[in-house]
Amino acid sequence: MDDDAEIIAEFLVESHENLDQLDRDLVALEQDPGSQERLASVFRTIHTIKGTSGFLGFDRLEALTHVGEHLLSRLRDGELTLDGALAGLLLRMVDTVRALLAVIESTGTDAAADGEAVAAVVAELERALARGTAAVTEPAAVATESGDRRADVPEAAEPQRGIMDSTVRVDVDLLDDLVQLVGELVLTRNQILQRTDGQADADLSRAAQRLDLVASELQESIMQTRMQPIGQVWAKMPRIVRDLANQLGRVVQLDMEGHETELDRSLLEALKGPLTHLVRNALDHGIEDPARRAALGKPPTGRLSLRARHQSGQVVVEIADDGAGIDPARIADAAVARGIVSPEQVARMDGKEIMQLVFRPGFSTAAAVTNVSGRGVGMDVVRTDIERIGGSVDLSSQVGVGTTCRVRIPLTLAIIPALVVGDGGERYAIPQANLVELVRVEAEQLASSVERLAGATVLRLRGHLLPLVSLSEALGGPQHPLLRGDRAGRDALTVVVVQSDGVRFGLCVEEVHDTQEIVVKPIGRQLKGLATYAGATIMGDGRVALILDVQGLAATTGVDETPAEEEPETPVAVADLESLLVLEVAAGRRATLPLRAISRLEEFDPALVERSGDVEVVQYRDGILPLVRLAPAIGLADASAPAGRLCVVVHEGAGGRVGIVIDRVLDVVETAVVRSDVGRRAGVLGSAIVEDRVTDLVDLAAVVAR
Amino acid sequence: MSVPAAAQVCTFEVGDLRFAIAVESVQEVLRAQAMTPVPRAPEAVRGLINLRGQIVTALDLRRRLRLGEGPEPEMNVIVRSRGEAGSLLVDRIGDVADTGGLELQPVPSNLPVAVREVTHGVLTLPDAILLVLDPDRAVDVSARPHHTNGVTS
Repeated sequence: MDDDAEIIAEFLVESHENLDQLDRDLVALEQDPGSQERLASVFRTIHTIKGTSGFLGFDRLEALTHVGEHLLSRLRDGELTLDGALAGLLLRMVDTVRALLAVIESTGTDAAADGEAVAAVVAELERALARGTAAVTEPAAVATESGDRRADVPEAAEPQRGIMDSTVRVDVDLLDDLVQLVGELVLTRNQILQRTDGQADADLSRAAQRLDLVASELQESIMQTRMQPIGQVWAKMPRIVRDLANQLGRVVQLDMEGHETELDRSLLEALKGPLTHLVRNALDHGIEDPARRAALGKPPTGRLSLRARHQSGQVVVEIADDGAGIDPARIADAAVARGIVSPEQVARMDGKEIMQLVFRPGFSTAAAVTNVSGRGVGMDVVRTDIERIGGSVDLSSQVGVGTTCRVRIPLTLAIIPALVVGDGGERYAIPQANLVELVRVEAEQLASSVERLAGATVLRLRGHLLPLVSLSEALGGPQHPLLRGDRAGRDALTVVVVQSDGVRFGLCVEEVHDTQEIVVKPIGRQLKGLATYAGATIMGDGRVALILDVQGLAATTGVDETPAEEEPETPVAVADLESLLVLEVAAGRRATLPLRAISRLEEFDPALVERSGDVEVVQYRDGILPLVRLAPAIGLADASAPAGRLCVVVHEGAGGRVGIVIDRVLDVVETAVVRSDVGRRAGVLGSAIVEDRVTDLVDLAAVVAR
Repeated sequence: MSVPAAAQVCTFEVGDLRFAIAVESVQEVLRAQAMTPVPRAPEAVRGLINLRGQIVTALDLRRRLRLGEGPEPEMNVIVRSRGEAGSLLVDRIGDVADTGGLELQPVPSNLPVAVREVTHGVLTLPDAILLVLDPDRAVDVSARPHHTNGVTS
């Protein structure tokens, strides 16, 4: 319903603007009846309103604009000539359209409009069509339903702001400038926070905090102004699918989910072309015609589904069909026939590599060039377009069952959270979207966890082998000292596990600094050819830091896609998998929290714990962090040793930050949780077997509420 | 072929060579800035500098022209080229010279190719010869994708 309301609101804004233009056009046409350009413009406007009103189910508006469009097409084709009477009639139609739009704006439908008045104009338009000209009629019958409309609107209703008053159209360049400026502000804020950190001047600290808050909110609001729902692109899809299906003789049911998923407008704009292309492909190459489907025992109506959702800071769009699927053998033949690869190369490829061939320039399986697809500009263009906006595409397909194309794109390009790491005295930012986890390998465990296989370094991580890449080596410098066997002054190897599409590997870095919001800035054309960098940013101290491109790093260091068995294939299984933080509480009891609920792990000196009322608190990041001791909160004796550091996991929820005091972190695991009610009590949702041990599932909401 | 020279040029030096760029192409001149090196970048790229929030690539003109190693360049000449700012690192900044009446002469053909390819022409003054740089070509070095280290080029 909200989706519809949004679409209607957009339709109203657009139509109001178009109608104003239409008035001007019609009046100008009367002076110069021969202007094809003006006629075409009028025709387009009415045609658009007709199309959308049909789609939205505004029958009266559709009936009216339909006959209006018909008359206009006769005018455009020169079968009729515009005279004063016809122009008057058309202007009355415009007025009636406007009146209907007003009714739609106040009631959400055109059913409440004065049907007779509309019918009168429709009848007159029809008469004009039949007669070839309009009779000079009394202009009194202008169909404004203002009287009726007032009756339809509840009396008590406040005079609402009309859609034209509550929204403003803003020049996109201005929005871009604002983003640019807010980026500068964020950087300045970072610099000021860094300098005021640890300053004794309380007023200055307060002002800095306020600046921090305002800058963050401003940034969010400005980014919001650029966010638009993907529904804007999808609004056009039913029509495209309908036309294509007719053209290709398919019967297709289109399902769309996630209209409200928002992303930056520049990305939305860039996404239009590739998405349309993928939909075309699905109809042309995917879904079979009804006869063939029936012969295959499939329902004659093919299904095409478009789904959009937010996932870990990215927008994921899936285009799935239940068509013929992609046959690797056919792909291979076509690729060989087009000279993209040699038969010998194909022979050495596995199914997944063969699928990747569709992304090669010049690839097409279409036997003939049709109107729809098969012109040789294909998936390579889709991939290039999507990669240009920092996204990725991948295909999965099963012969006879269907094809799913998954497009991942960032929410925005301008300001992103990133992990800042240090290497060779310089800092590098890794986008949070690529981050999986941080792993610390103690020096004494190096020999048992890190292996060299045929010159490549791998890490044993929870039963899998993770390719390791040394950042300094990837950047053309020496191998990481610990990987060279030089342990001087180093007690642990820090591995940042990163992922981009199917590639997952561990990046060995010298230092990990912190996570911060960075403003992505373009780098000069001299450096565009370097795949290892996605851009650059400016740090709090004013120095430039490079942003690493995980995909590019993988490519330059020869890390390939992770074999499929390491990644669960079906998306269903992925959804069930959860990353858990496994903890020890009350001296030896195991409990777990969902990792996504945890923003940081901290350690505090117990001497820093103060009390506010009966709550334990610590001063943390210029604020007060309330502490909850987990053991008593989940009904266990608080047996943790008082000595040593206080281990705290920080949860950031709607109610602010809360620190949860635990004994220690045991592990981070990604696992499918099968919850059992055994052990269910206040603060505990139940238990599950995690890493072969029974583990309490902490009810975070209940614990935090204490 | 001789062309009238730009009315005013900004002059600077690298080693014992004197260069000039039309003042319209020069945005500003700065002292040495904090610089972030770019691993795997072309040899001539010394690093990135923060110019009031804009990230600018700094090119060592000496390396760009393959003039051999020399002292650390001190000055940034920020030039605008195709909508982007780029910095040329040079040893010393000279004056702004009025060259309106002079004719731009072809670059002598025995100059090294690396110098000739970024130079429009020369201006011969009584006491000096100015090599007039083409700002677009001077800041244009392209990165090769799998360039493994910055030692050779």
